[in-house]
Amino acid sequence: MAEKIIYAMYGDDEVLKSSAKKLVSGGIKIAEVYSPFPVHGIDSIIGVKGTRLGIMAFLYGLTGLTLATIGMRYFMVVEWKMNIGGKPNFSYVENILAFIPVSFEFTVLCAAHGMAITYLLLNRTLPGMPAQNPDPRTTDNKFVLEIRLSEQTIAEAKIDELLKDTGFEELEKKITE
Amino acid sequence: MQREAVIREPLILGHKTYHDVTEDVCKPIEDKAPRMWYVLFTIALVIGLYGVGSICYLLGTGIGVWGLNKTIGWAWDITNFVWWVGIGHAGTLISAVLLLFRQKWRMAINRSAEAMTIFAVFMAGTFPLIHMGRLWVGYWVLPLPNHFGSLWVNFNSPLLWDVFAISTYLSVSLVFWYIGLIPDFATIRDRAKKPVAKRMYSILSFGWSGKAKHWNRFELVSLVLAGLATPLVFSVHSIVSFDFATSIVPGWHTTIFPPYFVAGAVFSGFAMVQTLLLVMRKAMKLEAYIHTKHVEYMNIVIMVTGSIVGTAYITELFISWYSGVEYEAYAFLNRATGPYWWAYWSMMTCNVISPQLMWIRKLRRSLLFTFFISIIVNIGMWFERYVIIVTSIHRDYIPAAWSMHYPSHIDIAVYIGTIGIFFTFFLLFARYFPVLALNEVKTILKGSGQSYKESPDYHKNH
Repeated sequence: MAEKIIYAMYGDDEVLKSSAKKLVSGGIKIAEVYSPFPVHGIDSIIGVKGTRLGIMAFLYGLTGLTLATIGMRYFMVVEWKMNIGGKPNFSYVENILAFIPVSFEFTVLCAAHGMAITYLLLNRTLPGMPAQNPDPRTTDNKFVLEIRLSEQTIAEAKIDELLKDTGFEELEKKITE
Repeated sequence: MQREAVIREPLILGHKTYHDVTEDVCKPIEDKAPRMWYVLFTIALVIGLYGVGSICYLLGTGIGVWGLNKTIGWAWDITNFVWWVGIGHAGTLISAVLLLFRQKWRMAINRSAEAMTIFAVFMAGTFPLIHMGRLWVGYWVLPLPNHFGSLWVNFNSPLLWDVFAISTYLSVSLVFWYIGLIPDFATIRDRAKKPVAKRMYSILSFGWSGKAKHWNRFELVSLVLAGLATPLVFSVHSIVSFDFATSIVPGWHTTIFPPYFVAGAVFSGFAMVQTLLLVMRKAMKLEAYIHTKHVEYMNIVIMVTGSIVGTAYITELFISWYSGVEYEAYAFLNRATGPYWWAYWSMMTCNVISPQLMWIRKLRRSLLFTFFISIIVNIGMWFERYVIIVTSIHRDYIPAAWSMHYPSHIDIAVYIGTIGIFFTFFLLFARYFPVLALNEVKTILKGSGQSYKESPDYHKNH
């Protein structure tokens, strides 16, 4: 389905934020912002919700801790009570001090890698993926607002008018297939 | 935008714009490498290959080619291992701990410090692996049933904790580093003109586009990884110290080891960062981003951790006498006055006296002096491990077993070789990777850049 997209390019993060605010209060829905670095405060303006990756990290960590506990209990207590100085491990809890370092390391290992993999998958940033930024300068010093006409409730002429004095540097309209 | 007190020195000197930051960081990658790079790379590569050759000879012949004997079963190998792991502590400390403390000066140095960390941990990992003698059975350290009965690896042993600690540290540091690199690779990709470079950086950048939601996730992932990496940094060297502290060898059997080893690790790591960055900032013309203030901050860290290390040395001495254990007391007397007195006093001079000079403002802001001290600290920290390891075991409970350690040329070659490999990696990194976290630096440009701080609008509230 063909869709018309407006790209407004700005040269400064403060200008970007003020114009995004103005456009949103004018009733325009901003589909995306491309920026070379994290612009603090833009998320709430364009309605990007906070990420829940932190919760995921916690769950991955919990998984790691559980796996480490089950594993070490099986290796050291259930399957083969290694006899060290005549003192085999009869219970996991009584010997837990020796198992703390590995439990900790494995928790961190699972939390960090689990979160990193989830992050890459959610972003769809994986080796060989094509870049999606509309202009190569958005990874250098330019900031681009993306407005999709199909998502708007107001007419294109009205959008143009609102955009006119937001201080953009370049404006591009594109029709996608 | 966050503002800070005007009396704080700006972190970015000169009149830089966002585009200038990109230019300054990407230029050295896009330009032809200077001749000096090729010279240094060749030297490092030759030394590294000599090391690889020595390792092959060692693996082919056996551990007997090292200067070990039945009393001293651990010497240069474990000394080098602990030395490299220690050096590998600065990077993650800078990027994780300083991120949690919101120290903005970290942004200029975290990328290269992390790269250094990863390469140093690679070098560290080499030593336990080659010490196995049979490298091809290295996977036996994993929890596998013992070929293929029912005996497992020993989870009560600090050596196994070390396996988990080092591998977790290495892989988590690598992930932390790479996640930060992705947006910067995207910047290089979007500037690249040559098709091969464009293709390479396109693969490396994973298709990063800088969308608002992605940045939102990026910041949280960095924060959580920092939160995970911070206790990890402290745990790794604590566990390395357990290798010694849980034994009953006089001079090793001390509870002070974990904090003392961690402080020592940070101390030596920052020294290595200083050594590398003082050269790199000059060679890559990054003086505006890594300047005297950054060096001063790092010198303060060196001074503080150096003082902790010094206190630990003196505490050890005191406790060896105060404990009333004659073996313990002898171990320390022997260190200071025995056949290895020269190693002990080199360690004391390099690690206790030299960082105290950093109290003098003029000295800690002098780049030449810093470079000199950073080398001294690196040497001193190698001697620290040598003193702890070799002087403790060369004379233990039974005088009949007393011995001396003389390194063989393979001992020396493997050690020097790892330094060569380390510099080979670091030079490759400096040539092809963005050495500054350029997208992070842009976020502090308006808050800490000189031109912005000097402008009359800086104080006005918007």
